[in-house]
Amino acid sequence: MRRQVPLVITFVAGIIMIIQYFIPHEPFAGLQQRFNVWFLIISAFALILGIGNLIKIHGERISRQSAGWGYSVVLLVGLVTMSVVGIGWGIEPGTPFFYLFWNIQIPLSSTMFALLAFFIASASYRAFRARSFEATLLLAAAILVMLGRVPLGNFLWHRLPAVATWIMNYPNTAGQRAIMIGIALGVISSSLRIILGIERGLGGGQQ
Amino acid sequence: MSVIEKLRNIDRRFIFVAIALTVIVPLLRPIGFPIAVSPSVQRLYDAIEQLPPGSKVLMSFDYDPSTMPEVYPMNLAIAQHCFSRNLKVVGIALWPMGVSLGQQALETAAEECGKLYGTDYVNLGYKTGGMVVILAMGRDLRETFPEDFRGTPIEQLPIMEGVRNLNSFKLVVDFSAGDPGVAAWVMIAQARYHKKVGAGCTAVSAPAFYPYLNTGQLVGLLGGMKGAAEYEKLLQSQGPATAGMDAQSIAHAVIIFFILFGNLVMLITKRKTERRSL
Repeated sequence: MRRQVPLVITFVAGIIMIIQYFIPHEPFAGLQQRFNVWFLIISAFALILGIGNLIKIHGERISRQSAGWGYSVVLLVGLVTMSVVGIGWGIEPGTPFFYLFWNIQIPLSSTMFALLAFFIASASYRAFRARSFEATLLLAAAILVMLGRVPLGNFLWHRLPAVATWIMNYPNTAGQRAIMIGIALGVISSSLRIILGIERGLGGGQQ
Repeated sequence: MSVIEKLRNIDRRFIFVAIALTVIVPLLRPIGFPIAVSPSVQRLYDAIEQLPPGSKVLMSFDYDPSTMPEVYPMNLAIAQHCFSRNLKVVGIALWPMGVSLGQQALETAAEECGKLYGTDYVNLGYKTGGMVVILAMGRDLRETFPEDFRGTPIEQLPIMEGVRNLNSFKLVVDFSAGDPGVAAWVMIAQARYHKKVGAGCTAVSAPAFYPYLNTGQLVGLLGGMKGAAEYEKLLQSQGPATAGMDAQSIAHAVIIFFILFGNLVMLITKRKTERRSL
């Protein structure tokens, strides 16, 4: 029973969502909207569950004083502080939340992301090698796009941006479409396995 | 250790210093490379130009502080463009941190153009659920976002008068740094509800959206800081993206130099090894 009930719910919800796509009229359209609202409510609770889990894991790490427990303290202090000031005074400009967000959160996040430039430069020197025909082709395309996508490329040769745009519009789009079609087929296959209850990871299939 | 071996095992701190200098120097002393406007940016600009004054534009702030240097300038530029054309802007966020960033962009642009919150623009805040939020907005926006990010019921906001669902908007512009983002808006707002969708995204994610651009599912696309700089050029303004383009140009050139230099060192090493084996 514990297995069958979730599988039946999944099957019914999945089938209704498929039908409403092809028949967007009542009762399916109304059911779709109701399911959407339920999904949003469940998502909000999942967020609360996630915060609870975060507090539990880092709380345990602090109480055991395991390696790096100081970072857990920083995380929990940050979580509590931002939650208290956000709920207490709101998040609009001029509030303490807004001040902390713009003066701590944004500089820290931007710094972490900016570090990527240094590691990309170092990695490209060591790893981006023309060892085969395919790798050489990739290297040439990368250099043309990198130059063509910045004003320096236009300055060096006025047709370089057009070359970069051609690479993005044709070879890139062809590759991206192939990937997208592959992903779409994979998603359809996985969804059908879940809806029909044959996906083992979600309680389906033979135990 | 030979010179080639030394170059092969160069201390990465030298590379870090080179990159730091190539970013800092052009920021302090701008060179002013000319910026060419790409067709995808021009198309989004034209789509906004063609909207009649008073039309409502929906903006989705789906990015966070880590990608702010790339995405915020385009958010600001498009907000400025919308307000200068007397368009009404309704903002939402599918990323929690997008609320404050989008609000800052809207407030900055509104201040320049003398626009009022609640009348000319509004921020409805964050809603979890990604693609399902868009799907729900397609049928009933008021049920999905009953109040703005300050907690004001949307019935009290003049801008929301007559807004029922996605059909109330002439254009949707998504500022995206990942998922949920551009793909979700194209799949639901464009494919399902036939809305015009434009997007601004990080440079690294832009190649993935070219199929949508080529099929016309995206009316225009701004990729990275370069896209924002091109948009600023169309607006004839010197914004944050234009200021950063020289630094990005030189940094790209230095990275290309390192790639080519690394390959040259590899070739020389390979030839030496072959000669020794003979």
